[in-house]
Amino acid sequence: MAKTDIKGESRGLVRIEALPIILVYIVIVVVFMITAPETFLRYRIYQSFMSTVPIPLILGLGLTLVVAAGEIDLSFPSIIAFSGFIFAALYKNTGQTLMPFIVALISGAAVGFVNGVLVAIVGIPSIIATLGGQFLWGGLTVILSGGLAWNIRDIRNEFIHRLFVGRIGGVLPAQVLWALLVAVVLWFILNRHKFGEHVLFIGDNSEVARVMGVNVPGTKIILFTIMGTLAALSAVILTLEMATFWTTQGSGMLLITMAAVFIGGTSIFGGEGTIIGTFFGSFIVGSLEAGIVATGLGGFWTRFVVGLVLILAVALHSALGRGTGLSAVSFLSFAFRKQKGGDSS
Amino acid sequence: MPDNKNYKHVFRMIDVRKSFGKVEALKGINFDVGANEVIGLIGDNGAGKSTMVKIMTGVFPPTSGELYIRDKKVSHQHYNVRKAHRFGIETVFQERSLGEKQPLWRNFFIGRQITHPLGFINIPKEKELAQHIMLDLIGFRGAGITVDSQVSKLSGGERQGIAIGRAMYFDADLIILDEPTAALSLKEVQKVLNFTQKIKESGRACVYISHTIPHVYKVADRFVIIDRGEIVANFQKSDISLHELDEFMLKYSTEKAVS
Repeated sequence: MAKTDIKGESRGLVRIEALPIILVYIVIVVVFMITAPETFLRYRIYQSFMSTVPIPLILGLGLTLVVAAGEIDLSFPSIIAFSGFIFAALYKNTGQTLMPFIVALISGAAVGFVNGVLVAIVGIPSIIATLGGQFLWGGLTVILSGGLAWNIRDIRNEFIHRLFVGRIGGVLPAQVLWALLVAVVLWFILNRHKFGEHVLFIGDNSEVARVMGVNVPGTKIILFTIMGTLAALSAVILTLEMATFWTTQGSGMLLITMAAVFIGGTSIFGGEGTIIGTFFGSFIVGSLEAGIVATGLGGFWTRFVVGLVLILAVALHSALGRGTGLSAVSFLSFAFRKQKGGDSS
Repeated sequence: MPDNKNYKHVFRMIDVRKSFGKVEALKGINFDVGANEVIGLIGDNGAGKSTMVKIMTGVFPPTSGELYIRDKKVSHQHYNVRKAHRFGIETVFQERSLGEKQPLWRNFFIGRQITHPLGFINIPKEKELAQHIMLDLIGFRGAGITVDSQVSKLSGGERQGIAIGRAMYFDADLIILDEPTAALSLKEVQKVLNFTQKIKESGRACVYISHTIPHVYKVADRFVIIDRGEIVANFQKSDISLHELDEFMLKYSTEKAVS
């Protein structure tokens, strides 16, 4: 029996997941090191990234699984506000930290659970259900908080502050380690656990998943619940880092988180997702603003450049045969035909 | 390999009727599948083939009639898709069988993963068994196809083979192939026919649904012809040549057109 001809890829030549986007990140950092050496050759800027990026990063990691299942979640910015408010209000009223933390996580999980039920049982498309959730929970937060910002300055003296956003050795923001932990756990869940396999098959073809005995509604409910819980964790970290709650604290997170996931190489069509890609995608999005400002272009350029990077990255993933499933050849021939068409006109 | 089965028929239906509102889709079907028999179920679109299959696989119950699995009567109130799987009845659909973007080894074990206690997949074990299924159960010889290949890289016939191999590995006693060669090239059809041979050789039963008689003639032991909800003919292969079967079908459909 010639068993070797059907064996899997040889073990020595392991393909590195998300290698293209890791290289893109390195290129961007190197470019900024050249254009803004004052800033990018010093540790301070990286410390700053490690304190701000983990918040969208944790959201993006959860969103990667949601997108891999062929779904979307637009409600997490409101969970950032809602669970952040619950955490801040409970702390302010009780002085405790553990109980508010747990209740905040549960509140995020509950919102995610409701999203999951609406999508999986009621059958509302996730983009609509979570858009509704985005307004609903954000609106509820404004009502409950009276539309005010809540200062919780005293929490800086609590253990929970050091635990989640302390500076380890005075230099390393703790939240980056929490984000790393979330990334490692979710990587194993997506790539090595049967839950992740179910997510991938649901995103690929939910009818196949159902016929093969996967509990499609149950998996989706758990998935949205995980997303809600991670959004709540992110909310607590943000609230601790700023030592303040404000009602619009999640707004602006939606688009940069989605950009990070798609820059990372996860396909909007579902059935595949890359945790490592999202990790570097988040750092790319998080680095651009500082880099652009430090380069001297001015903050007005940020959105433009993020858009440029997003489009180029998705085109790159397509060209490499990931994402949309376009092969490199068809991508190039498409681009070529476009160009020819443009010339003749 | 399970060669000696302790039952005569893997599946039998007696006087099965099925109505959808006023439309009678099946009008008293008597149909059986021997323990190691390959049956070609032939009929035009709308003849009632898929209604029969859906009753066999528990998608919906018959309006009346009796079902027997492995010679034992099953109450159709309690028969469903899950039970059908447990009784070893598996259907291979042309489209709804495999996850396109996933590697083959995941496709073999989706829904029935081999896991460590916490639910993490034992990947080396799954890959090893996937290789065993491909080589030993279905004799897969696709050039450059490994257990890590994505389904999207496989041809239509190869996909059928993967789904058949999966059904065989999970000890299906009866594998139902629903129009497996529709929209396949001749070379691909040959592959599917070879895979069907493997089902027979392994001692299992197969219902091969088709309206392309030459394909089904090669692999079937018996032909059951269904039309407008009734079984109109039942031929052993030894009693009828391909030419005669073809002629029968042609004559039959002409008569139908006249009447």
